Amino acid sequence: MSNKYEAVIGLEIHVQLKTKTKMFSSAPYEYGAEANSLTDPVVLALPGTLPVLNYEAIELCAKLGLMLGCEIADICKWDRKNYFYPDSPKNYQLTQNEEPLCIGGSVEIEMPGPSRNIEGKHRFVSLNRIHLEEDPGKLSHTAFDSLIDFNRAGVPLAEIVTEPNLYSSDEAVAFLNSLKNLILYSGVSNCDMEKGQMRCDANISLRAKRTSELGTRSEIKNLNSISNVKAAIEYEIKRQTQILNSNHLVAQETRRWDANKMQSFSLRSKEEAHDYRYFPDPDLMPVVIDRARIKELKKALPESPLDRQRRYQKDLDLPYTITSVLCANVNLSNFFEKALAQYDSPKAIANYIVNDLLRELASNSKTGDSSLSIEATKMKAGFISELVEVVELGIISKQIAKEVFSEMFQSGKNPKLIIEEKGLSQSNDDTMIKALCLEAIANNPKAITQYKDGNLKAINALKGPIMKATKGKANPLVLDTMLQDLIESLD
Amino acid sequence: MSDLFYSDIAFLKRGLKQKDFSSVELMKSLINRTNLVESKVKAFIDRDDEDALRQAAESDNRRSKNMTLGPLDGIPVGIKDILAVKGQPLRCASKMLDSYISPYDAKCIEQLKNAGAIIWGRLNMDEFAMGSSTEHSAYGTTSNPWKLDCIPGGSSGGSAAAVASGEVIVSLGTDTGGSIRQPAAFCGVVGMKPTYGLVSRYGLVAFASSLDQIGPFARNVKDAAILLESIVGYDPKDSTSLKVPTENYLSILEESVKCQKKYTLGVPVEFFSKGLDIEIKEKVYKAIEWYQSQGYIIKEISLPHSDLCVPVYYIIATAEASSNLARFDGVRYTHRSKDIESIDDLFFRSRGEGFGEEVKRRIILGTYVLSSGYYDAYYLRAQKIRSLIRKDFDKAFQEVDAIITPTTPTPAFIEGEKSQDPLSMYLNDIYTISVNLAGLPALSLPVGLTQNKLPVGMQIIGKVFGESDILTIAHDFEINHDYKDLRPNL
Amino acid sequence: MSKAKIDIKYVAKLARVQLSELEEKKLSVQMNDILGYFEKLNSIDVKDIQPMAHAQKVQNVWREGDIAGSVLPKELLEEMAPESRDGQVVVPKVVE
Repeated sequence: MSNKYEAVIGLEIHVQLKTKTKMFSSAPYEYGAEANSLTDPVVLALPGTLPVLNYEAIELCAKLGLMLGCEIADICKWDRKNYFYPDSPKNYQLTQNEEPLCIGGSVEIEMPGPSRNIEGKHRFVSLNRIHLEEDPGKLSHTAFDSLIDFNRAGVPLAEIVTEPNLYSSDEAVAFLNSLKNLILYSGVSNCDMEKGQMRCDANISLRAKRTSELGTRSEIKNLNSISNVKAAIEYEIKRQTQILNSNHLVAQETRRWDANKMQSFSLRSKEEAHDYRYFPDPDLMPVVIDRARIKELKKALPESPLDRQRRYQKDLDLPYTITSVLCANVNLSNFFEKALAQYDSPKAIANYIVNDLLRELASNSKTGDSSLSIEATKMKAGFISELVEVVELGIISKQIAKEVFSEMFQSGKNPKLIIEEKGLSQSNDDTMIKALCLEAIANNPKAITQYKDGNLKAINALKGPIMKATKGKANPLVLDTMLQDLIESLD
Repeated sequence: MSDLFYSDIAFLKRGLKQKDFSSVELMKSLINRTNLVESKVKAFIDRDDEDALRQAAESDNRRSKNMTLGPLDGIPVGIKDILAVKGQPLRCASKMLDSYISPYDAKCIEQLKNAGAIIWGRLNMDEFAMGSSTEHSAYGTTSNPWKLDCIPGGSSGGSAAAVASGEVIVSLGTDTGGSIRQPAAFCGVVGMKPTYGLVSRYGLVAFASSLDQIGPFARNVKDAAILLESIVGYDPKDSTSLKVPTENYLSILEESVKCQKKYTLGVPVEFFSKGLDIEIKEKVYKAIEWYQSQGYIIKEISLPHSDLCVPVYYIIATAEASSNLARFDGVRYTHRSKDIESIDDLFFRSRGEGFGEEVKRRIILGTYVLSSGYYDAYYLRAQKIRSLIRKDFDKAFQEVDAIITPTTPTPAFIEGEKSQDPLSMYLNDIYTISVNLAGLPALSLPVGLTQNKLPVGMQIIGKVFGESDILTIAHDFEINHDYKDLRPNL
Repeated sequence: MSKAKIDIKYVAKLARVQLSELEEKKLSVQMNDILGYFEKLNSIDVKDIQPMAHAQKVQNVWREGDIAGSVLPKELLEEMAPESRDGQVVVPKVVE
């Protein structure tokens, strides 16, 4: 982009809430079930059927709203959004147009720092609202026709609408990562974009820098991954810049992103925009929000990821390089919390989780990333607490601990059992170690001289053979003292 | 046993109990009667006599084991073609649903089945309940049993005509703007629209969700009360259904005879002004005079926004309908046009072919009043005036227990007379629609015949949940007159 | 209230109802009659009046517990649908 323009971006994010049943019927929902096996007369909009609200959807959306700092409305109502589409059984969508459940709110984002190890700048992105609406069914296309699976129809969606408050594709990415993490912490959705549990539309316009009036926007639909959001925004900024640079006007339109072609295509112009004919749904009654319940929900709200990260840095003295990894994954940081509750050694525990555990997860997952969830393994938080404890008590060395770690990850046995079964506890048999030390001193006259000349590190050359001889079981602290005493006694 | 078909429920119940006749014999009597008169009346779109006889045999079987279910056990009930009955066609008198079979029972049907009633027939109606004459049915027009070249009223014309001609004992209809009361008046039977929310709408194919109610047709007030009692009650499947204690209307009626409460009745000036047929005016006034002579207090009242009811109703009802009928789209279970080329083609042509003229007219009107730029001027304004209409009634009911009006401005009209002039057809609902807008209960009671031998109906409007009041008031009139025994010459 | 004439073509498109030319003409006349009659509503000042969306004032109607109910056998949908394949409803190719 030339320097003339600034991009202004607003996002609309649809998140599937984790209810067991649909928002207006008791039909169950599960991702990946056989096509049309999870419908009922209400879902299919058979003649004579009526919607009944699933209270759980209100509860989860309110929780999400509180997590994102929204005000929870005193009353929310249901509207019909009328449009014909074959995946929408009623040909209207039940939504909250006039009176949404959650108002305002914001999401704290962290922009990428100068390097991965350095914390970036933080800022808050304002939200306009969050409202509830129903998901349509799913269309799939063949070369000749389209097939409809109505399983997904009626699943509750929370639509999170930002203010036009983002100014680059990087900010949009940072926002989506933060938002996704916040939602995962709140536990109201799984946010798996591949499974369609989180979807995004982007509104993009350009304006001359240092002006405040918004330019004409286009809306990009069908963004089903964060990398698609980034690519689509960048494509759109480029496209609009070219239009403006050639002194043409940007048309207000809806465009569809094609992830294969890495291009967007115009779907419809403003003139062709839908006339949704919103009106209050006569079949559903208003919901008056119970303030006491909101207070309870607020009280029980989980810590946000960035608050948790700040706490780890401040109270636990953990470095950014560790906390940024730990807190970016709710399962990981919850795992850390559990381990920490059993043995209070935050740094050591965090290190095992961020280094050893993540490595094991990565090498054991099919895709090679850390997408394998801890729950799917035999690993328990208590194992790590115990492992740190035995290392700190000098029962095993850090080197042995690595071996124990792999073993407990694979077998699900606790570290003490592994140490006992394999006879891994450190040998502190003074006579044997003393003999080995004396042997090492005798074999390394050069290192002894260097040590005596003040190169204290030279002593390390002696340790290797001793460790090898004891299979790593010699306690390094004991070894240090003994070697020093023996060398000094040589004089 | 020849005229079992014109008997009332109390007589039939007694006869069944005493084994004077069986439910199968009763059902056969109705089938014979229907075979005899149906070619003139044409009340049914569809009927499964075998299935009805099977249900009757089951009822007889229960009775022989002393396991009779309820007050309607063994009594046939005719069903308007807009209420879902599991395994039966549900066409709403539309080509759109020509081959649709409902996979589930409406709540009221479930209740009737639990009470042992025999669910019989798909009674004719205006397509999707849109009309006041039953001329807008894709399956032919029903005739008024009193005068075959007249319409029976609508939209529940089949339900009214079947009861009047002795084809069924009682029937269910639905009422969005008068669709029970107006055909009841035209066919000389009792028809009642309950308080909005008293009867579950689950399984009633929605026309205008905030106005629709299911209600009974019967040849006398007691039968209407019995049928009503078996379909009321809270239903968790209908969010607009209300949690109110159910009343035993029949015993209330029986009690009232012993100690007739003298109610205060309101007579709204606006309902007796221009456009009202002179004979109807006379008959209703005569009835009011009778009440006065019996010690009822008569008060003139005013419902000042009555004049606005028709436009308010047609805006709200068509707006809701335009959205409610969007599900009939050619995709999942309705008529789908042949040789379609695109998805829009599928929508446009399936709906263009599947819907009749009146339905299209109302969909267009309802779509228009909701469309961008017109919402505030039409829909929002209509909803605001709806509040005022409700307030008019609230105010009136501070002074009176019930309100008496004519049910219709004219008696039944000749078929085809108004079908090309929608506005004059809409004005036929002028006395009934305010009741739906306000959510109140009302019934139409026969109060005699015109010189042309066409029935005249009187409307009694009650307070919210004032069903027992209006039933009692109607019953008092009915038992002191012979009108309920008037029968059409078929 | 607008005295603008109703654009039948536009409204029919919104409503996805195909109309013949004759139907369009007839409807235009009838709609303008009906809308003319609706102008009565302008006689009232509706400022500060609450709209009435429901016949009864009821709130907080919902299902508790998020407990799954029964499902419709998918064979029933296949039977009902004008066209189906592999348990799914078939429609002409949707481009959007």
